[in-house]
Amino acid sequence: MSDTTDTGGPVLAADGTPLKRSLARALRRQKMRALLLIAPLLLFILISFILPVADMLYRSVKNGIVAETLPRTVVAIADWDADSGELPSEAVYAAMAADLKEAAAAKTHTKVGTRLNYENPGISSLFRKTGRKAKKFDIEGVASWKDELIDINKDWGDIDNWRTIQTYSPRVTSGYFLNAVDMRVGTDGAELRPEAERIYMNLLGRTLWMSLAITVCCILLAYPVAWILANLPMRQANILMILVLLPFWTSLLVRTSAWKILLQQQGVINDILVWVGLVDDSARLVIINNQFGTIVAMTHILLPFMILPMYSVMQTIPPSYLRAAKSLGATDWTAFWRVYFPQTVPGIGAGSILVFILAIGYYITPALVGGTKGTFISNQIAFHISSSLNWGLASALGAILLAVVLVLYWAYDKIVGIDNVKLG
Amino acid sequence: MAEAVTDDGFVVFDRVQKSYDGETLVVKDLNLSIAKGEFLTMLGPSGSGKTTCLMMLAGFETATHGDIRLGGQPINNIPPHKRGIGMVFQNYALFPHMTIAENLAFPLEVRKMGKSEREEKIKRALDMVEMGAFGGRRPSQLSGGQQQRVALARALVFEPELVLMDEPLGALDKQLREKMQFEITDLAHNLGITTVYVTHDQTEALTMSDNVAVFDDGRIQQLAPPDLLYEKPENSFVAQFIGENNTLEGVVTEISGDTCVVRLDDGEELDATPINVSKVGERTKVSIRPERVEYNKERLQEGAHTLKAEVLEFIYMGDIFRTRLRVAGNDEFIIKTRNAPDVERLKPGQQIEIGWLPQDCRALDA
Ligand SMILES: Nc1ncnc2c1ncn2[C@@H]1O[C@H](COP(=O)(O)OP(=O)(O)OP(=O)(O)O)[C@@H](O)[C@H]1O
Ligand SMILES: [Mg+2]
Repeated sequence: MSDTTDTGGPVLAADGTPLKRSLARALRRQKMRALLLIAPLLLFILISFILPVADMLYRSVKNGIVAETLPRTVVAIADWDADSGELPSEAVYAAMAADLKEAAAAKTHTKVGTRLNYENPGISSLFRKTGRKAKKFDIEGVASWKDELIDINKDWGDIDNWRTIQTYSPRVTSGYFLNAVDMRVGTDGAELRPEAERIYMNLLGRTLWMSLAITVCCILLAYPVAWILANLPMRQANILMILVLLPFWTSLLVRTSAWKILLQQQGVINDILVWVGLVDDSARLVIINNQFGTIVAMTHILLPFMILPMYSVMQTIPPSYLRAAKSLGATDWTAFWRVYFPQTVPGIGAGSILVFILAIGYYITPALVGGTKGTFISNQIAFHISSSLNWGLASALGAILLAVVLVLYWAYDKIVGIDNVKLG
Repeated sequence: MAEAVTDDGFVVFDRVQKSYDGETLVVKDLNLSIAKGEFLTMLGPSGSGKTTCLMMLAGFETATHGDIRLGGQPINNIPPHKRGIGMVFQNYALFPHMTIAENLAFPLEVRKMGKSEREEKIKRALDMVEMGAFGGRRPSQLSGGQQQRVALARALVFEPELVLMDEPLGALDKQLREKMQFEITDLAHNLGITTVYVTHDQTEALTMSDNVAVFDDGRIQQLAPPDLLYEKPENSFVAQFIGENNTLEGVVTEISGDTCVVRLDDGEELDATPINVSKVGERTKVSIRPERVEYNKERLQEGAHTLKAEVLEFIYMGDIFRTRLRVAGNDEFIIKTRNAPDVERLKPGQQIEIGWLPQDCRALDA
């Protein structure tokens, strides 16, 4: 079309400019205006969502502290072969002494110690103890820093400590991720940690299966409620809807504490069971501070997120489908299963994605009612962010969680199709 | 009004009443007998209870009082899926998550029919409505008329003896409607199926049915074949509802056998056939069809009654002329004349004399 004949030429707008260009200009103005309208939100999302996520992803591999605090050592140790069975050369020790002296003056030596301690427990005390004396180091006046340092603390003669320093000297590290999947850099590269030290993979597995259990419980409880909501006359449906939404208007802490009161060993449920005689007073059930408690409380809290999408999908299914099925000879059950249920799958899908993703990252409720056995991986993330201050590990765990969600989302898209999801 | 119901009908409504809220009767005293193979149409204004009757027959609503019998058996306690009644819904209700072929297979599968037999029947049903090439499509990929035909095929594929259709053509344009009207009656007669058809379109009712039941106010106002319904309406509701109709109001002054004299409100007297007036002094509405009125003196038949009239409006409609007159104080008196070379085209303001035969002029309830 672009090669124009002499009769035609490009179509011109009223003012003589080519039509295509004036159309593009008109559209551009429209687009700019639309963009300006959404700019505040876009900016907000960028600052409050995209940047933090990007920062988290970066933190999960970032490892500048060793190279910054021990610059000479990092250079000197680069070509040391840890597998040779020999300690690093004198030059490395000298570089370390010089670095430590500076670090001690700047009081940064403990930070390196803390960082390396994540990978090699015990190494932080080596840095702390040596650091105390490092301020008085006379770098030129000592013949062999190797002997001197080992003399100050015999751990400087431990090859493993040097291996740790060498392994974590690059500015980018996979250490946090290895740690997050219960692995570490051993003598022959990455290896699993000893059985007793493995926590995160178990926790992730537990988080996944408990989230799945919560999702399934929500589906089972929400389906009939949504069905009744969609089939009641307007007035009653509105009242029921308020009951469904009521939890949203109550504090999360109040709802969770209510479950504590109900489920604890001296709580309402146990009291009733004992009173009825189903349970002996000496054998009251443990139904809180464990996985059961977490599942019950979280199912309750996430239920509205399942009911609402189901309800809005069911509302759009006219009753004539069920009638048609029955007039064609289907029993109530067949009509439901073959005609009604398949049409509600988009609602179930939407609700399940919502509930599952919310559950997988929940931490307040598991922290309150989960005890030790019913906590989620997010509780560990919170712990590393606010207590152990190991943000790198927290970020790596967060990144893994993000990846798991994305993979599940992708799998859902492959199996059910994401355009099959309807929120209303 | 409703005659006594004979028990030999294939479908029988026997003094059926229905109330949804316990306060008002939506269906009041319905008596109806439908013979096997009959095409019966329920016609009536919106809210007159047509759908309700259909739903009671299909089993989705229960009658508050009275019996419904199918083939001699009371069906009040038979659940819908055991009644074996095919049904076409107003919005078609084709299952959106199934293909056309799967939709048709559904009634056969629930009857546990074998695969080869099933496929044969589906093919036959789809061919019957000329939709054989569309088996693999989804309902949303079909046009309204195609969906309608599939709905029909689905209602017929399991070979029910009775098919109910609730305004199945309501969503179609006029041309398609007329085509489908023809196809539906054709199919129903060829297959010998008893059909109950609901519509509020009177042309549809007249052209398709063996019998038409005119509903109003929860009752059958008249049950008759189309020609009788049109030419011999039994009350003024039916006369008004079916086709165009002129009414003149007055009082009965004389009754003798099958003629009566009515004095119109402006003093004019005319002869009429008494339909549901019984005594002198009763108020009545006299009904005359527009095409039965004649103003050409030469054509006026012997014994015709004549009245003076003034032409108010002349409308040229192609095949017919439609003229509005003032007759006996009524400004809405319409006459229709066929467009023929020798017919005079009336002009507004013209004074003419019109006339009709007493048997075309029916004295009905006021
Ligand atoms: N489920 C229901 N609950 C209460 N009232 C109803 C219900 N269905 C119908 N009605 C009432 O019953 C009356 C008859 O309704 P019906 O649907 O039978 O009318 P219809 O003749 O089919 O009208 P249309 O031509 O508009 O379809 C109406 O006044 C309607 O409001
Ligand atoms: Mg209706």
